[in-house]
Amino acid sequence: MQGFNTLLYKECLRFWKVGFQTVLSPVLTAVLYLLIFGHVLEDHVQPYPGVNYTAFLVPGLVMMTVLQNAFANSSSSLIQSKITGNIVFVLLPPISYREFYSAYVIAAVLRGAMCGLGVLLVSLPFVSFNIAEPVWIVAFTLLGGAFLASLGVIAGIWADKFDQLAAFQNFLIMPLTMLSGVFYSIHSLPAFWQGVSHFNPFFFMIDGFRYGFFGVSDVSPWTSIGVVTVCFVVLAVITLQMLARGYKLRA
Amino acid sequence: MSPAIRIAGVTKRFRSLQALAGVDLEIAQGEFFGLLGPNGAGKTTLISSLAGLARPDSGTLEVMGHDVVRDYRAARMALGVVPQELVFDPFFTVREMLVLQSGYFGLKKNDAWIDEILHHLDLTSKANANMRMLSGGMKRRALVAQALVHRPPVIVLDEPTAGVDVELRQGLWHFIRKLNQDGHTIVLTTHYLEEAETLCGRIAMLKAGRIVALDTTANLLQRFASHALKVKLAAPVVLPAALAAKATRQEGTELEFGFDRFDELAELLAGIKSAGGTLVDMALGTPDMEQVFVGIMNQN
Repeated sequence: MQGFNTLLYKECLRFWKVGFQTVLSPVLTAVLYLLIFGHVLEDHVQPYPGVNYTAFLVPGLVMMTVLQNAFANSSSSLIQSKITGNIVFVLLPPISYREFYSAYVIAAVLRGAMCGLGVLLVSLPFVSFNIAEPVWIVAFTLLGGAFLASLGVIAGIWADKFDQLAAFQNFLIMPLTMLSGVFYSIHSLPAFWQGVSHFNPFFFMIDGFRYGFFGVSDVSPWTSIGVVTVCFVVLAVITLQMLARGYKLRA
Repeated sequence: MSPAIRIAGVTKRFRSLQALAGVDLEIAQGEFFGLLGPNGAGKTTLISSLAGLARPDSGTLEVMGHDVVRDYRAARMALGVVPQELVFDPFFTVREMLVLQSGYFGLKKNDAWIDEILHHLDLTSKANANMRMLSGGMKRRALVAQALVHRPPVIVLDEPTAGVDVELRQGLWHFIRKLNQDGHTIVLTTHYLEEAETLCGRIAMLKAGRIVALDTTANLLQRFASHALKVKLAAPVVLPAALAAKATRQEGTELEFGFDRFDELAELLAGIKSAGGTLVDMALGTPDMEQVFVGIMNQN
């Protein structure tokens, strides 16, 4: 257990030591989105009755920040360690593959949650809303963050160079988050694209998370939590299998 | 008492390369053991298999009686590995890294031992320096420190002195010797054969994934290396056939002979004299590990 605790602590310390890059920068980026999109679209779009656009945007940006940073943390930590070779320091000690997985995922969720909380706090002067169902917010933060953190572990282990990781991030994670309903309600889309959105697990994460704020969403939060849970469990099993076999880590 | 290391029938293939082709080896507790071989012989693969960094295709490996797969926690607790590559984590200072490494091995309060290692490796003044700021030699010492944080009974050093200056190398060996005297088993791979000859009580030589020689250092030197007699004559001579057969080199007035026992020396000198040679200078060369190494590698 001590090995796990230390690895978790080290993973948190790693991102905290470069907090400008890992926490403050994502918060700033999300706030810029909020200011620009909110200013441009505030008077033109009302996604839900009684919910103005800026208020609608905030939960989407918070969750997007949680997801992107959870992925970035586990993936970048692993690929840096692999490329610099210092991954041996966590492979030589008596740490089980389950402890290894848990430490990387929990640290990544923590960073995602910290960044998300940062975006929320900075947004407060611009919007006012009552949080309808905080339990859903916590549930989607943890599950969505863990899903992306697991995907980050897979990407970090699979990628042999930073370029491959960047491809993973730019061609998979970024489009899926951007097209998940962060900036719009999928009910504003044509029927075909609404259907396509239902194949994007990120849509369910954002939609369910948003339900926690407004008590309204595009699909039932129970459907969303079901989809996100299944996706997370599938990824967790795949990641644990990779770690158990030592894929690309233990020759 | 279980051996410090027991390796039985270990094979490992990387695609078309047979990195280990059936290695059997036992190293007793308290030994200072040398693992020699040319590049690509399988030394690092063997060490990686022992440390759990590589998974052999067949065979078993044990550290202090603990199987490295089934009982990996106990096996890894018993093993400290100094990797060949000069790797470090740029996020942390030397002390932070050692505290973290202690934690990975389940040690919460390890400051006294960390201070002692830093002192012995002459790193105390750099304890709070970031790893990035250290010179190559210091980084190498920090790697040694990392391998020792959990006081492992078995320490494996994979080419620890590659690219390290003489002074540092001597300091490092002084410390490693002390660890060995304190009861730690040391396994060393090195390309500096004189190091292996001086330090190791027993040596195994690997070639193409197989052990091609395994004996005490003294026996290897005795069995595979010969003494050398180097002479300089006043004028060139024609050697009789029996003497010419023993000459390993003849360039004008300079000749070199190989011999196994000192009682052959008088015979050689008498032969030179009877062939009409007059000695101007003479020197004796002692057998060394390089001769043994080259001899064994050529044999196999």
